[in-house]
Amino acid sequence: MEGVLAGFVRALRAAGAEASTAETLDAARTLALMGYAPRADLKTALGLVLAKSEEEKRLHDQVFELYFSLPPEATSAGETAPSPAGPPRTGDARIDALLELADDRRGPAGAPGDALRQALARAASAADVDGIRFATQAGYFAGRMLDAMGIAALEQRLAERLGDDSPGAQAEADALGAARERLRRQARALVQQRFELFGKPATEAFMTEVTVQRALGRLAPAEMERMKAAIARMAKKLAAHHSRRQRRLLRGRLDLRRTLRANAGHDGVPFTLAFRQRRRDKPCIVAVCDVSGSVAAQVRFLLLFLYALHDAVGELRSFAFSNRLKDVTVPLETLPFDDAMALILKEVGHGSTDYGQAWADLHDRHWDGIDRRTTVIVLGDGRSNGTDPRLDLFAELAGRAKRVLWLCPEPPGRWGSGDSAILRYRPFCTSLTHCATASDLERTLDEALEAYH
Amino acid sequence: MNDDPDTATPGGLASIENAISMLAEVGYIATRPIATALYLAHHLRKPVLIEGPAGVGKTELAVSCARALQFALLRLQCYEGLDDNKALYEWKYGKQLLYTQILKEKIGLLVDDADTLHGAFARLAGFQDLFFSREFLEPRPLLQAMEQRGGSVLLIDEVDKSEEAFEALLLEVLADYQVTIPEIGTVRALVPPLVILTSNNTRELGDALKRRCLHLHIDFPDAALEQRVLRARVPGIGAALLAQLVAFVQLLRVQNIRKPPSVAESVDWARTLVLLHAPVLDETLVRETLGVLLKRESDVREIDGQIGALTRSALAAAGG
Repeated sequence: MEGVLAGFVRALRAAGAEASTAETLDAARTLALMGYAPRADLKTALGLVLAKSEEEKRLHDQVFELYFSLPPEATSAGETAPSPAGPPRTGDARIDALLELADDRRGPAGAPGDALRQALARAASAADVDGIRFATQAGYFAGRMLDAMGIAALEQRLAERLGDDSPGAQAEADALGAARERLRRQARALVQQRFELFGKPATEAFMTEVTVQRALGRLAPAEMERMKAAIARMAKKLAAHHSRRQRRLLRGRLDLRRTLRANAGHDGVPFTLAFRQRRRDKPCIVAVCDVSGSVAAQVRFLLLFLYALHDAVGELRSFAFSNRLKDVTVPLETLPFDDAMALILKEVGHGSTDYGQAWADLHDRHWDGIDRRTTVIVLGDGRSNGTDPRLDLFAELAGRAKRVLWLCPEPPGRWGSGDSAILRYRPFCTSLTHCATASDLERTLDEALEAYH
Repeated sequence: MNDDPDTATPGGLASIENAISMLAEVGYIATRPIATALYLAHHLRKPVLIEGPAGVGKTELAVSCARALQFALLRLQCYEGLDDNKALYEWKYGKQLLYTQILKEKIGLLVDDADTLHGAFARLAGFQDLFFSREFLEPRPLLQAMEQRGGSVLLIDEVDKSEEAFEALLLEVLADYQVTIPEIGTVRALVPPLVILTSNNTRELGDALKRRCLHLHIDFPDAALEQRVLRARVPGIGAALLAQLVAFVQLLRVQNIRKPPSVAESVDWARTLVLLHAPVLDETLVRETLGVLLKRESDVREIDGQIGALTRSALAAAGG
């Protein structure tokens, strides 16, 4: 029983739900309390104990259905009818046992009965089927399972019988072949089920890991969805980490009310002191993005990331520019993300890049929105087509804001080459980093939020 | 299971079926998952954390449960700034001070015949803990729940409104059912209370707290269940009106509105319609009483144009 539960918890973890050891122990107690009998109740009960959010509950129910059910192919009754006389006798005890197993149809609608299912489960753990990672391994693992069940003796006898022309031998060969076929199909079905449980999530996690490390500008369209999902998950983690409300002790400023209260027991003599506390500011982020052609992919993901973070960020404003700067907060907040991006690129995506003009626009229209609580994140390559970079305005911006983080999609080797003004901006930035992958984005935003602790 | 012999299982929690019927007797229509959660909470001695939209009966479950089991209900409403003085216990400062004043002379008498300072001190040392004893302790809900002899239901309402520091305070109470008071010692629960925490998910609760609880999610009920709930809560309602009303509310929930009406709202609406002696639903009636269902001006405006169509589809759904 413990083995089954441990396997279930492993499958649950493979699917991405976090089930701790303590929770597994609770699940074991639940199992002891409820027994296996009413399936729906057991599912509900294990869900209550093991899954601690709506999302985990959904995962749990899926994994439960998959784990505690017969492999779907195995239940289909499209195979040779059992011979009424029962399995033939060969005289060899091992082969007879296998034939007996293969003929086990005591389950509902001709499905395998308990004996065959137990034998398959034993063979599966002997062959380490849970270690399957790729769909192409299914044949290999099914073969190992059959080996573990001792198919070799049966196959040898089958080969002998096929070589014999007598009608009795032919009939036996047919029976042996049918039995082998049925066992093979059952093993295959079980391997397939274990692949769905253990292999698929592992492959999926691996692919996501690869995508997150890939340069954002070079993503294939097919990887977009995966990337979006990965970013949503990263953002959720960051938000959970940073949205924990914390209080900061203001050492030195006495909280008179709390001090009096704490010392009332000492007749008002202040033995213990209570100090005032200040709630830390919620992060305010202003994102300024260059949306000219070369940077568009990174902008897309930066904005996607920022808007997925809205739980942790108090105030978020975004501006896009190529030559004129535009406030794009409203479309990003109201429209579906892809539509908003299309609109932004249509409205500001053309025209030659002019950083100086962008700072001037920001200065004229949005300077009030930037104060000492604001983190400004600039995303762009700093290539300003030879126009005045307006370093004076950028310096003033850096002076007003809490921090200025510049993300540059170009590799450091190309900074400052040609019309790139990025090295001239560099002294005013709190940090200037090369941003190529989603994990770069994650690191930068983590750092930006960290500054508010 | 390894239940101690001294904590008997009340009949209502002996099985999941019993839990359902026990709650039905006090007018709470519980689904099987809800009853399973209560059953497990008692037998595994774990608190239940209930999440879900406002007004689906999270708090009501605790209240009904206490009523059905005839347990005392201790309720702790969480809010920002809630601290251990208000949740666990507090010393009665006033009484302590008053007693010091009154006893001043008595103390004088007591140390009168001691001839050295040392002797007087030794005599007083025997009474040191007088002012930090149970006499001067004001128990708050968490401690009160530990002290109930006949069993209790402890409701920690809207735990997401409190701060994280308070969550940490709850951990000791929820894991071991005990409260530690430095001056007195550890108070263990006489009978482990049935603990129910509710959360509206305004913030993510800490993992440590979640791990110690059973997690139950209550969502809006389906039409059949909602009809049963309304029949239990509003006894005088006619069958035709009930079906139409539930169909309308169910339709309203899938519209594009900020705050969809909850079970609490549909109960209020049903009461309103019964008061107005309405035999069936019609457009004017809906328009006049919509304020009971929708609590936001923008939602009312959003729905206003569609009331006719929604009423017609609700009538059709209920008739068919």
